[in-house]
Amino acid sequence: MGTTLAKRILEGDVRAASRLMRDIDDRIPSALAELKELYPKTGRAYIIGITGPPGSGKSTIVDKMVEIFRKEGKTVGIVAVDPTSPFTGGAILGDRIRMQRHATDEGVFIRSLATRGSLGGLSRSTQDIIHVMDAMGKDIIIVETVGVGQDEVEIVHTAHTSIVVLVPGLGDDIQAIKAGIIEIGDIFVINKCEREGADKMERDLRLVLEMGRKREDGWDPPIFKTEAILGKGIFELVYGIYRHKQALEQSQAMEKKIKERTMKTFLEVLESEVMNHFIQKLEKKGQLETIVQELMYRNIDPYSVAERIMAETLKENKE
Amino acid sequence: MSRKIRVLIAKPGLDGHDRGAKVIARALRDAGMEVIYTGIRQTPEQIANAAIQEGVDIVGLSSLSGAHMSLFPKVVQLLKEKGAEDIVVFGGGIIPVDDIPLLKKAGISEIFLPGTSTEEIIRYIQETIKIT
Ligand code: B12
Ligand SMILES: Nc1nc2c(ncn2[C@@H]2O[C@H](COP(=O)(O)OP(=O)(O)O)[C@@H](O)[C@H]2O)c(=O)[nH]1
Ligand SMILES: [Mg+2]
Repeated sequence: MGTTLAKRILEGDVRAASRLMRDIDDRIPSALAELKELYPKTGRAYIIGITGPPGSGKSTIVDKMVEIFRKEGKTVGIVAVDPTSPFTGGAILGDRIRMQRHATDEGVFIRSLATRGSLGGLSRSTQDIIHVMDAMGKDIIIVETVGVGQDEVEIVHTAHTSIVVLVPGLGDDIQAIKAGIIEIGDIFVINKCEREGADKMERDLRLVLEMGRKREDGWDPPIFKTEAILGKGIFELVYGIYRHKQALEQSQAMEKKIKERTMKTFLEVLESEVMNHFIQKLEKKGQLETIVQELMYRNIDPYSVAERIMAETLKENKE
Repeated sequence: MSRKIRVLIAKPGLDGHDRGAKVIARALRDAGMEVIYTGIRQTPEQIANAAIQEGVDIVGLSSLSGAHMSLFPKVVQLLKEKGAEDIVVFGGGIIPVDDIPLLKKAGISEIFLPGTSTEEIIRYIQETIKIT
């Protein structure tokens, strides 16, 4: 007793790490103090994001990549995000099924998360849970996104290397994925490449990439063809990641990425702090209900109310 | 801001009957819980580690093949060894009634047999997991 979760985590206590992740996900206020303590110990891990439609083989690819990372002696943390049902608030988190053989490996820590209403392919807690894994000393952290929408751009601000997984024969192929998702891939994977259409898809994708905007960082996203259940092409993929890492480190891109990520984390924390502050205050004074009522009757407008609340708070703080 | 119940549903041993486990997983999701499903053919070690990493409140074991007497208590024991005795373990499947008292003695909190309504199981979890 008396020692913080953070201290225990830094000493390698897996149970403490898991408990803190739970507190973060459940938004328990005490988690903040622990995160403060851990933050200085973060920033070491290399973060890989993997996105793509459900069923494209993301979890299977992660499983096979982990095998290679472990053979190289690297420790791995995995954050796998699945959708929360908007109707019931519940979720079935099934990514772990594909990775369970690593459950007895002490060098691997897998955490499944539900989106809990957040959009963009990750859960609200994802950044902080990555921080915990980072502080646990994981060399590599892999983040698997939900993979539903085409707007899963969150991962770009989260990962150092973002992988986009595609499968031949899904709808109108490239046409369907052109919007949004093409821009976010540092690496593309055509999985289930034993299927018909893999070569055509590769050609189409290459064309789309060549026609697209040239990337500022000069990186030319490679395409890998894999058959993940058999482990085919995964070795090449992993070395593709290493090449991207090297390219980032040799250019200014790495610093820029880290800066963006740090900024995003900060702004998110700030936003949530500010919001909580105001919401709590309004609730304490019992004003939230009244405001909503008045808004519904169009007696007031939300813009003026927000301005007024801001002004009042600033005044109170001065007094 | 509020705790959400997290449950691990696992099938220990070589038993491949996964319908019941999936029915339970879906029912718990529909009751608003987060359910992590590990799939079939799990060793007690895999189940215990998954329960810890996932930070669940309760582990539900499903067995229809008759291996529950060795596998269920093993999961309880491993959780204890790993300092996670606060994670509740319960189960269901094809289990002879006579085995139930023995399983309970070994630390399994409850057993649900075929024919139990999922509402009953949901209520049991909600009453057992007193999360703040
Ligand atoms: C369907 C079935 C199969 C299917 C399984 C399909 C699948 N993917 O699940 C198939 C055809 C593949 C199959 C194969 C075999 N089967 Co079979 N099978 C059945 C059968 C007819 C129904 C099981 C079922 O799905 N029930 C429906 C589900 C919804 O119910 P349930 O699983 O019981 O779950 C409920 C409760 O038990 C409880 N519950 C279950 N798990 C959990 C977990 C938690 C946490 C909780 C709270 C509750 C809970 O809640 C559920 C909902 O009410 C049973 C007989 C029976 N009447 O039960 C035999 C039965 C289970 N099979 C049996 C056998 C022997 C086999 C085989 C070995 C046959 C063989 N010689 O090849 C193989 C083995 C397969 C394997 N790899 O393990 C025996 C087992 C005998 C034993 N216990 O000693 C049974 C009992 C038949 C018998 N009377 O002999 N089988
Ligand atoms: N045919 C084929 N199936 C694959 C391949 N890779 C994965 N799968 C299967 O595709 C299904 C979905 O895989 P999963 O990894 O869960 O996809 P995710 O939803 O993107 O995480 C599973 O049944 C896998 O076994 C592959 O290369 N070829
Ligand atoms: Mg998956």
